[in-house]
Amino acid sequence: MKPSAEQLLSEIRSLPVGQARLMEVCGTHTMAIAEAGIRSLLPENVRLLSGPGCPVCVTPAELIDAVLALAMEKNVILASYGDMIRVPGSTPGDSLQRRRALGADVRVCYSPMDALDIARANPAKEVVFLGVGFETTAPGTAAAVLSAAARGLKNFSVWSMLKTVEPALRALMGMEGFNVQGFLCPGHVATILGEEGFRFLPEEYGMPAVIGGFEPEDILLAVCKLLRQIAGGAPKVENEYIRAVRPEGNPLARAAIARCFAPRTDLWRGLGEIPQSGLGLREEYAAFDAEKKFSVTVSGPAQTPCRCGEVITGRMDPPGCPLFGRRCTPEDPVGPCMVSSEGACAAWYKYQTL
Amino acid sequence: MEEIITLDYGSGGKKTARLIEQRIVPALSNPALNALTDGAILGDLVFSTDSFVVDPIFFPGGDIGKLAVCGTVNDLAVCGAVPQYLSCALIIEEGLPMAELTRVIASMKAACEMAGVQIVTGDTKVVERGRGDKLYINTAGIGKLKYPGLSPQTIRAGDAVLCSGTVGDHGTAVMLARSGMMQTELQSDCAPLHRLCEAILNAGARVRVLRDPTRGGVATTLNEFVEGTALGIELDEGAIPVRPAVKAACAMLGLEPLYCANEGKLLAVVAPEDAERVLAAMRALPGGENAAQIGVVTADAPGRVLMKTALGGRRVLQKLAGAQLPRIC
Repeated sequence: MKPSAEQLLSEIRSLPVGQARLMEVCGTHTMAIAEAGIRSLLPENVRLLSGPGCPVCVTPAELIDAVLALAMEKNVILASYGDMIRVPGSTPGDSLQRRRALGADVRVCYSPMDALDIARANPAKEVVFLGVGFETTAPGTAAAVLSAAARGLKNFSVWSMLKTVEPALRALMGMEGFNVQGFLCPGHVATILGEEGFRFLPEEYGMPAVIGGFEPEDILLAVCKLLRQIAGGAPKVENEYIRAVRPEGNPLARAAIARCFAPRTDLWRGLGEIPQSGLGLREEYAAFDAEKKFSVTVSGPAQTPCRCGEVITGRMDPPGCPLFGRRCTPEDPVGPCMVSSEGACAAWYKYQTL
Repeated sequence: MEEIITLDYGSGGKKTARLIEQRIVPALSNPALNALTDGAILGDLVFSTDSFVVDPIFFPGGDIGKLAVCGTVNDLAVCGAVPQYLSCALIIEEGLPMAELTRVIASMKAACEMAGVQIVTGDTKVVERGRGDKLYINTAGIGKLKYPGLSPQTIRAGDAVLCSGTVGDHGTAVMLARSGMMQTELQSDCAPLHRLCEAILNAGARVRVLRDPTRGGVATTLNEFVEGTALGIELDEGAIPVRPAVKAACAMLGLEPLYCANEGKLLAVVAPEDAERVLAAMRALPGGENAAQIGVVTADAPGRVLMKTALGGRRVLQKLAGAQLPRIC
């Protein structure tokens, strides 16, 4: 039988771990932790930090600027997940939502397949799908590209901003002053990568790692297991989300990703350029690559007052940012972390614990 | 950058409030308007108006016509009025099938009969294709004020916060119908609330305020009760009635039931010793079967709505910031 929340909390409070800083790297975890008020229940020596787990938040402002420019092109329908709609570029307030109000054709999709439907229904228009996300959304994006190729669809393309988790975690751990004692690994990404995908954490970095689910009790259990590993001094990968994550993950989904995309150097907000961390469309699918189809230009690093970069690398809690709750609020966001439904700042602001 | 209107201003949350309070009310200021209640109290009359732009115009559990009647009826009823007469203005996009319009009008008639009101004046306009979305309806209504004095200003510490039934049904049903993604049993709760209001106000209870939590949902309405005051509200997550199908659909769509619109539910704040009596009155009526106490008014958190989570944690429940958007995963 699963231990109760009470039992878990009591063990969490009693484990002799000293100061333990644990990082979650999944926006859904970030939100679930805040929504259940978990921080208010943990002892002072256990802190939960948000890592680069919100796909919208790790997308740099200069890329958003380029997206906004493309949205204004005549004949283009921009299809995107809802999260991206309110994210500002380097100018606060300038977002796809604003561009839509100014006449851009921006559609909110639940899946890349919706974008394919839009392309079929609008043969005279160019439909560009914004492929944002990690290994979880990459297979669906791949499926849309493969399907478009099979049907010979000419007016559909993907702007891939897809990223992979492992290179980012390696970059993060290599940063000066990185101070985290364990990772709460992303349950959704793990359904694709499996336990294998996180072995490098304990084996190469001596870092405890627990794959966790998204119910409050799942998160408490994962926290408890991480603390047990820290107390016991034997780091390993534990899978607490066995109802969804198989040890080997989903090889078919990984094959679809590999067929469609190739790793490339990519730019992350807060982390900078990371080799092999992005997924670009392979040459044979160049016809569906929006970056090639349109001459999109991403200009140099955008100047933004936002400190999301420090927040998503665990260097600052959201309230530490001078803009938090003052100039930057969910209704007038300056940075992506305040607007994305998975963003750390949005979670802190919305569910401030007392 | 020029300031422009975006969809967020229509969400019923903070941006809508800002638009009304900063741009509209100061210019048009008068005592009845400045009170910013659901309806204007004009002596022994209450006057209210509402516009309906729902997409799709037919959805499980209702349609734009039923919604247009119930919306205005409910705004009057929660002010303590007996709804009597409505106006109806139709803005029709060219190309709307006549059969659909006929269905909507028939639905308005049925809703009027249910609510005991008559549509006594109206207007029709037709706009070019692409300049509207099938059909927009505005209704205005007047009612006789029978129970004066309902106001958030009468709320006291210790009062009970009641909800007449499950939360988030309408918003979720419409989102699902719009996305075309899922077939469920889920229906909008769209219904007139005049009977429930009468029953509550006739129960011999000290009723402080009634409100129908439409756009912005329960979270936004409760915040409006206490913002800027010395009182707060503490909700008990486990006590809030939410249908499992609504919970599941919201989790999938990235929405939250407490921020989803309701069109046939009301929130009541009543004196603590009268809570059971009011709940019994609601439960005896259709649409009130799942009525529950969901929280209490507290002096401990001035101006804020708190949530005691199922785990025992506590967090703040904010007003809706902007339109709820579906998310990535």
